[in-house]
Amino acid sequence: MSAVADTHAQDHHHGPAKGISRWLLTTNHKDIGSMYLIFSFAMFLLGGSMAMVIRAELFQPGLQIVEPEFFNQMTTMHGLIMVFGAVMPAFVGLANWMLPLMVGAPDMALPRMNNWSFWLLPCAFLILVSTLFMQGGAPNFGWTFYAPLSTTYGPPSTTFFIFAVHIMGVSSIMGAINVIATILNMRAPGMTLMKMPLFVWTWLITAFLLIAVMPVLAGVVTMMLMDIHFGTSFFDAAGGGDPVLFQHVFWFFGHPEVYIMILPAFGAISHIVAAFSRKPLFGYASMVYAVGAIAVLSFVVWAHHMFTVGMPLAGQLFFMYATLLIAVPTGVKVFNWVTTMFRGSLSFEAPMLFAVAFIILFTIGGFSGLMLAIAPADFQYHDTYFVVAHFHYVLVPGAIFGIFASAYFWLPKWTGHMYDETLAKTHFWLSFIGMNLAFFPMHFLGLAGMPRRIPDYALQFTDFNMISSIGAFMFGATQLLFLFIVVKCARGGEKAPAKPWDGAEGLEWTVPSPAPYHTFSTPPEVK
Amino acid sequence: MADNQTQTYYVPEQSKWPIVATVGLGVTLYGVASIMVNGKQGDSTTGAWIMFLVGSLIMAYMLFGWFGAVIKESREGLYSPQMDRSFRWGMSWFIFSEVMFFAAFFGALFYVRVLAVPWLGGEGDKGSSNMLWEGFQATWPLVNNPDPQAYPGPSSLIGPWGLPLINTILLVTSSFTVTIAHHAMKADNRAKVKLWLGATIALAVVFMFVQSYEYLHAYRDLDLTLQSGIYGSTFFMLTGFHGAHVFLGTLMLFIMLLRIRKGHFTGDNHFGFEAAAWYWHFVDVVWLGLFVFVYII
Repeated sequence: MSAVADTHAQDHHHGPAKGISRWLLTTNHKDIGSMYLIFSFAMFLLGGSMAMVIRAELFQPGLQIVEPEFFNQMTTMHGLIMVFGAVMPAFVGLANWMLPLMVGAPDMALPRMNNWSFWLLPCAFLILVSTLFMQGGAPNFGWTFYAPLSTTYGPPSTTFFIFAVHIMGVSSIMGAINVIATILNMRAPGMTLMKMPLFVWTWLITAFLLIAVMPVLAGVVTMMLMDIHFGTSFFDAAGGGDPVLFQHVFWFFGHPEVYIMILPAFGAISHIVAAFSRKPLFGYASMVYAVGAIAVLSFVVWAHHMFTVGMPLAGQLFFMYATLLIAVPTGVKVFNWVTTMFRGSLSFEAPMLFAVAFIILFTIGGFSGLMLAIAPADFQYHDTYFVVAHFHYVLVPGAIFGIFASAYFWLPKWTGHMYDETLAKTHFWLSFIGMNLAFFPMHFLGLAGMPRRIPDYALQFTDFNMISSIGAFMFGATQLLFLFIVVKCARGGEKAPAKPWDGAEGLEWTVPSPAPYHTFSTPPEVK
Repeated sequence: MADNQTQTYYVPEQSKWPIVATVGLGVTLYGVASIMVNGKQGDSTTGAWIMFLVGSLIMAYMLFGWFGAVIKESREGLYSPQMDRSFRWGMSWFIFSEVMFFAAFFGALFYVRVLAVPWLGGEGDKGSSNMLWEGFQATWPLVNNPDPQAYPGPSSLIGPWGLPLINTILLVTSSFTVTIAHHAMKADNRAKVKLWLGATIALAVVFMFVQSYEYLHAYRDLDLTLQSGIYGSTFFMLTGFHGAHVFLGTLMLFIMLLRIRKGHFTGDNHFGFEAAAWYWHFVDVVWLGLFVFVYII
């Protein structure tokens, strides 16, 4: 791929506006991308501090620090903030920054709507976080908000939670529409679909998933709202409804949602592994088809989250086999990454460290997922800490390491400076050790029968819980180091060349670092 | 994409509308939530209503301003054919998101009818839930709820071959009239566009009138309400959200009529009108699903 970069600002285009209006009124994909990334990191710290409360309470058996009622609010808010406030916006931020650069577009397809998508998020989370201070407390029914816990027995703030989810949904849908329109309509001449970088491909498919399932989430919270305030009986068997209906509709959203949180990481990791192996990615086409297959399968596996709810045998078998089938395209991806590294000229800068850890640890998370997918075995694991271990292994070293790897990979392009490699490697090793200490013992706890979402536990679980808490504190504190590294890099440091990684490929490396405020006002030619 | 690169893509300057829209939507929805919560707890809802009204006014201001800005830019010729494609993709995927929103409610209806209610009645190996309400008979439409004290069922139902059939004819006809208007638009026959678009709007208004009458009839005479168990819940949820979309679609078409009267659009540049027509067809297709699965079967 070679290209001619258009680097000078065009006639009526100026640099960024001054002051706060630059951020409030902007239509620039780079500004909006930065805002998404900063917002998601703030939410990461907020959700993370809630995790610290949870781990502090679980450091010892018995109740020490918080009331069980508040503990439940913490688990709920931690989950909601991390999923909707930290991971999803971080990937949208990466998409905003990188997609126009990668496809050679002047900006996102619909720049004003792009800004609205972003600003709705602080609005939604203001409402969500304000529920902590409301009478009756914040939502306390888990991030999955199962009915009737969230309908009949939910606190009054549930209504505000519902509207916050609606606003997040509007934001996500508009963001996804923008991504699809940009990718399908704004590619530089010559960039055919099968020449698109993988991050672009994975985001195209992620955006499709978002548009397909966020409205379903809106539907299920609307049914909750009707049950709470208007006397309908969707989730009440006394009126002929069914609480299990809630779980079906929720997980029809929820399962594609977990792929929404991991597919963009797959794309970014593909770039990083290839760049630091100094080899083209192995099996580009099979990577694309694998992501497509994962996305299609994600629509027909949702009930594996609810094997124990009581389901006909045929249903259990179908959802079990469909789920196991996902291991095939995922395996294709893992083997392709490994094969890309095979006999490559490897170097291990921070992005590569995070990427390699991603491949190994995400695979562990995938394997525990296979264990959970086997219906008869799931009866034992269901609602134990094994489940907590599983999804933290796919989300922390999966989604979040993917975000860290991307951040280090593209920070030179964003700031024009190289980050501090020593500190970044320290950040990696502390995160790696802390995260494994925090989540690996949870497998044992879960297999031994410790239930999730509980502030107290039996004495025999003490040691593993202490280890887990120490690891969690370590992981949490380490993220302040990440903040320091990024601030330091933004303020100065070694000048970054246009292409700081010698193995990297793509249009984004043809523009200078930092990328000018406006890039590709005339599209480059891709051969 | 390769073609139509002669004109550079229009990237708008800074705009206040997104942030105005955020404040508007946030205030409106916070107001709505407060009205509901305060009302349920028996507190005063005055402040919440004020909030809701202020938010709605901001939203209205934003809609006029934002769409006004886009219309102005379009009429100034700032938009390239590539921009036009962005709008087309945007509208198509927006309609797809709406399809998925309705899919959630249709899915709920199918699940309840095919699985949940029969299980409550003791069918299959899930029959244990039958022990909750002994003697409950699973039927559809469900008129005798498992717990008639908590959820008194409807005394009677709305048959498909009266008002719903009339409504079906109205909406299907309106889909044809809007297509005739669209063809007239392509041929630059503006008088014909006004006539057939006006006819479409008239049919839509009659539809909404008939639907309102049906709701009144259901509430007053049939005891079919939101509170009358899962049949009423799914019935009003599906038809209600459809009705809201008909209202929105009618509003779109009406604004297109105003714009045509002001001389907007040409035979080969009228995507605003076309988008409204797409939306109208979507609303029509949802109705056909409703007519079959809610009213007939």
